[in-house]
Amino acid sequence: MLDVQKIRKDFPILNREVNGKPLVYFDNAATSQTPQVVIDAIVDYYSNYNANIHRGVHTLSQEATDAYEIARKKIQKHFNARHAHEIILTSGTTHSINIVATGFTTLLSEGDEIIVSALEHHSNIVPWQMLCERTGAVLKVIPMNEEGALQMDVYYQLLSEKTKLVFTNHISNALGTINPIEDIIKKAHDVGAAVLIDGAQSCPHIKPDVQSLDVDFYVASAHKLCGPTGVGLLYGKEEWLNKLPPYQGGGEMIDQVTFEKTTYAGLPHKFEAGTPNICGGIAFGVALDYMNSIGFEAIAAYENELLVYGTKKLLEIEGLKIYGTSKNKTSVISFNLEDIHPYDVGSIVDKLGVAVRTGHHCAQPIMDFYKIPGTIRASFSFYNTKEEIDVLVASIKKAKMMLS
Amino acid sequence: MSIQKIQEEIVDEFSMFDDWMQRYEYMIDLGKSLPLIDEKYKIDENIIKGCQSKVWVHAEMNDDKIEFTADSDAIITKGIIAILIRVFSGQHPQDIIDADTHFIDEIGLKEHLSPTRANGLVSMIKQLKMYAVAYQTQLN
Repeated sequence: MLDVQKIRKDFPILNREVNGKPLVYFDNAATSQTPQVVIDAIVDYYSNYNANIHRGVHTLSQEATDAYEIARKKIQKHFNARHAHEIILTSGTTHSINIVATGFTTLLSEGDEIIVSALEHHSNIVPWQMLCERTGAVLKVIPMNEEGALQMDVYYQLLSEKTKLVFTNHISNALGTINPIEDIIKKAHDVGAAVLIDGAQSCPHIKPDVQSLDVDFYVASAHKLCGPTGVGLLYGKEEWLNKLPPYQGGGEMIDQVTFEKTTYAGLPHKFEAGTPNICGGIAFGVALDYMNSIGFEAIAAYENELLVYGTKKLLEIEGLKIYGTSKNKTSVISFNLEDIHPYDVGSIVDKLGVAVRTGHHCAQPIMDFYKIPGTIRASFSFYNTKEEIDVLVASIKKAKMMLS
Repeated sequence: MSIQKIQEEIVDEFSMFDDWMQRYEYMIDLGKSLPLIDEKYKIDENIIKGCQSKVWVHAEMNDDKIEFTADSDAIITKGIIAILIRVFSGQHPQDIIDADTHFIDEIGLKEHLSPTRANGLVSMIKQLKMYAVAYQTQLN
């Protein structure tokens, strides 16, 4: 069992007030809050061993390099990659996706097909569209149904020997739907296609095992996992990462440089040009330690309790409609009040200290599907409480009263 | 009434409210009094960019004065555009171009708006002034 009152003490921000009310933070799907241990790690780095890594022989540089590489090993262990050099540290999910999408330019030819799910964040649509423009490959979409789940029968039909890549998120950021990625990966491999899974929304709730998933690429961001912004990972199977060309040229990613020819460094440095977010990488490792100390099973069980409670309480409000009602979903509730614009509701609940996201959540195709301008999205984390959900419900009722 | 006078009137009205809720409720009420745009002008070209909700504005010149009509799919946004139209509608284009909109700070509209809405507010004022510039050019 998870002791939420004890956990809340780890997060200094949860003590603050917004507009004179205690903060109720329900925008966890956008970014998670930061526990004191992670803040301390950041302060410790800049106070004691800030230095550039993989270069100097001096003590500070050695210490920083060691800490950074220990973090990479922690990430490897957490995601269960076979090798530490299969973990590329990036600036985040979007950066990771772009490394793969750009790299595939040389591996695709006209008429090849790539498949993407209808539940994607813009960051997992646009890079593939750009890849198609560059290569003449064709983008195919797995459609969604009214519940917000993927139509898997259509997916099976889309697969063919022309399919070279399949991309989907593990969990939809806009609706919270958990996609059946095991099946998606297996069926793609049956036709010889590679698969990239966007784990940005899933890794705060589910600990993935990239080896048992047999996934080719897996991407995620630290800031959704109680880590800092500006750092994330690209996991790739060694053989795939070796096939892809470097994404950016610069320091760190080279082996030998002459004006005639440059040879590239091996993995992971080939994809890590320039000085990385050293402090961020180290703090990412600390954040994973923190979350593992609580335990992902306990986190998932507690967040599911919040989801069930929140769904029940919100549905008691007349005229409230929830979007994304798949049985298989995480602690995200996307909803609207009948005939009321989500921005109006968001503006009023903010005044009551409640942080929710309003808008299209960078997933316009999903909003188009439901023919709505956007939704109000409340996303719960393991440090939230049922009492906070009661505050959300009361603030939505208040907004409804003011706006009807 | 001059733009200046109308602004003072609005500042007076808002000074009666003690808290944000009353201000919001008043803005919601004002939204209901907005001179609505004719459906035929509710087209993409008349949408103001920079607003997170949709805002349509149309302008017409009668006797050297501009009449604005508008609509929005969000109620609070409707209230904001209603206040701006109350200030600018029925005024000479040059007066609209020259107007400074100090009342926005004075009624605490900006501090009670989220950054996205505050950006939308700037876009709305800019758009209304653009219409004025266009009509002023016709007059010259």
